[in-house]
Amino acid sequence: MSKRVLMQGNEAVVEGAIAAGMRFYAGYPITPSTEIAEQSSVRLPQVGGTFIQMEDEISSMAAVIGASVAGVKAMTATSGPGFSLKQENIGYACIAEVPCVIVDVQRSGPSTGLPTSPSQGDVMQARWGTHGDHPMIAVSPSSVSECFYKAIRCFNLSEKYRTPVILLMDEIVGHLREGVEIPSVLDVEIINRTVKSSEGHQPYEGDIHEIPGWHLNGGGRYNITGLSHDLSGFPTNSNEITDKLIRRLMGKIEHNADDIIEYEEKYLDDAETVVLCYGGTVRAAMSAVLEARKQGVKVGMFRPVTVWPFPERRLKEISPKVKRIIVAEHNYGQIVLEVERIVKNDCKIDFIGKVDGTVITPAEILKRIKEGK
Amino acid sequence: MPAELINKYMREAHLPHIWCPGCGHGILMRDVAQAIEDLGLDQNKICLVSGIGCSSRAAGYMDFNTIHTTHGRAIAFATGIKLARPDMNVIVIAGDGDIAAIGGNHLIHAARRNIDMTVVVFNNDIYGMTGGQFSPTTPTGDFATTAPYGNIDRPFDIAALAEAAGASYTARGTAYHAPLTIKLIKEGIEHKGFSLIECASVCPTYYGRKNKKGGSVELMTWQKENCVMSDKAQHMSKEELEGKLVIGRLSEKDYPEYTEQYKKIIEKARK
Amino acid sequence: MAKKLVINKAWCKGCGICVAFCPKKVLGLKNEKVNIVNDGCILCGQCELRCPDYAIYVEEESNE
Repeated sequence: MSKRVLMQGNEAVVEGAIAAGMRFYAGYPITPSTEIAEQSSVRLPQVGGTFIQMEDEISSMAAVIGASVAGVKAMTATSGPGFSLKQENIGYACIAEVPCVIVDVQRSGPSTGLPTSPSQGDVMQARWGTHGDHPMIAVSPSSVSECFYKAIRCFNLSEKYRTPVILLMDEIVGHLREGVEIPSVLDVEIINRTVKSSEGHQPYEGDIHEIPGWHLNGGGRYNITGLSHDLSGFPTNSNEITDKLIRRLMGKIEHNADDIIEYEEKYLDDAETVVLCYGGTVRAAMSAVLEARKQGVKVGMFRPVTVWPFPERRLKEISPKVKRIIVAEHNYGQIVLEVERIVKNDCKIDFIGKVDGTVITPAEILKRIKEGK
Repeated sequence: MPAELINKYMREAHLPHIWCPGCGHGILMRDVAQAIEDLGLDQNKICLVSGIGCSSRAAGYMDFNTIHTTHGRAIAFATGIKLARPDMNVIVIAGDGDIAAIGGNHLIHAARRNIDMTVVVFNNDIYGMTGGQFSPTTPTGDFATTAPYGNIDRPFDIAALAEAAGASYTARGTAYHAPLTIKLIKEGIEHKGFSLIECASVCPTYYGRKNKKGGSVELMTWQKENCVMSDKAQHMSKEELEGKLVIGRLSEKDYPEYTEQYKKIIEKARK
Repeated sequence: MAKKLVINKAWCKGCGICVAFCPKKVLGLKNEKVNIVNDGCILCGQCELRCPDYAIYVEEESNE
């Protein structure tokens, strides 16, 4: 049994998160993500969870990490300016390996920019926003239904790989209202962190998804720090241990790329042109591709669902078989850089980048598809 | 074999600590341990949260559930921990720069919420870890590596700031007045709500040297000779209190506690 | 149960706080480490309370 309801993307994120086991939310109001905070404030106490409106973006991220360390699945949501402010603590969650979910509903920037206008200008910030080398997972939904399911996936990935995961939305999807099926019995698996409880365990050794155990009062009395640390969790100045730590952090995502990476393909079998896009842009691209197909153009679509890590291997399989890849994104050119790096000279790369705060329309993409034919 | 108290509450393998000879922080860290011992609290039920700076290293030395967080954010991390696990005793150890400069916003808002946690400030009036820059508590006219011509900033009274922001228990101790400081930390932990114990530490390496105020002995002698207990200070004039440091319990109020209030929200939402 | 004053020289950083505030002046510094210089100790524990390095303390001696 499921319930079909009209819902906004931002609301669906909250329902998905609660279904995934979110029981703590800390946030600060910011357009266009505020509905996530509002809905969390309504829904969390209903399921025995906790919502807190913090004094700023930085403390929201800190409180989320604190709650997760104490054993509760936790999330925050924000948009560009707030996402920038959260970056230091996101890095903390990376190095201390604390699972948590950060929703970034992208708006036009830089700075205050166009607060109510869509953008995808935070793609590189999502990857490299915090300082230092660090792993990152970012998932980009394209529909309200996906807001629900990808929120669950973000929690699952976060719990499994004990790392912060970004649900990289955009205003298009965040404020989109459409009908969604909310299942009464969840049809996807929920992953929960593995907790070590016995005394004497090294908290940072062993399986990647075993996380330091003190958050559940296991009696281990572990130490957690943002300093470079050894397997026991205590600070170290050792270059050798630091090297191992950073390589392990990067490796846990790199070596599990197949499990983490998700992408969607449409009409690639005979495609000569491929439109590559993600998030809200996928909707316009799909209309354009369908229309072009009607007109006899051999065009397909490739859509990274996990923007980070980027589906590099699959793109590298596709690129030699096609004549052209059109990258369409709501920024001055961010994912296109990644595409250029991967594709090199395999095929021509075309780019549609919009920075005026309006959405890329199906007509614009269709025009470009037909221009290069 | 160290003293029983140290053996029980410190991670001996990580001692001796990195603090300079004569740093007041070691004394204050012992005061925290003694207060917990006197209260007979379960070590597994204590979360010790710290930020960044000299004081924050206490988290690595003390044998509790410990988390050494980011600069200024200890109280914000602690807020998440306390809301997730209201049954835990949450104690924050923070420095003056950590809590009153970069983390000032979190201090006043946690105090305003009156969320149950105990903040023990190791106030040495200087940024020690970075080498002696003036902090929000460095007295006007004092010297620091970034105040080479004398500090023109006016200092914060951290305890008064917390009280004004809504903390329901505030107190001040010193490195010299160990028995009193232990008693105040005990009261703070036992108090339901946001409690803050500002502890005057001593920094001989940077503060003492930069200001020609001597080493730890001289700095602690100043504490011994110039502190006035709060109940006595009430009957003293502003002039009489000039140049003195008021210690003891400073304020105690009965405000609703945040996690208790949130429990009521859950009950309401579930009806 | 007798008590005795114990010094852990390995942890002593030679700050002199215990020496200065000992009410009976039984402590001194030698080679930047604390030493007991006379037998006037009254085991009051003032040194233990103010030693930043936990290098001096009063211990209960078991009679066994």
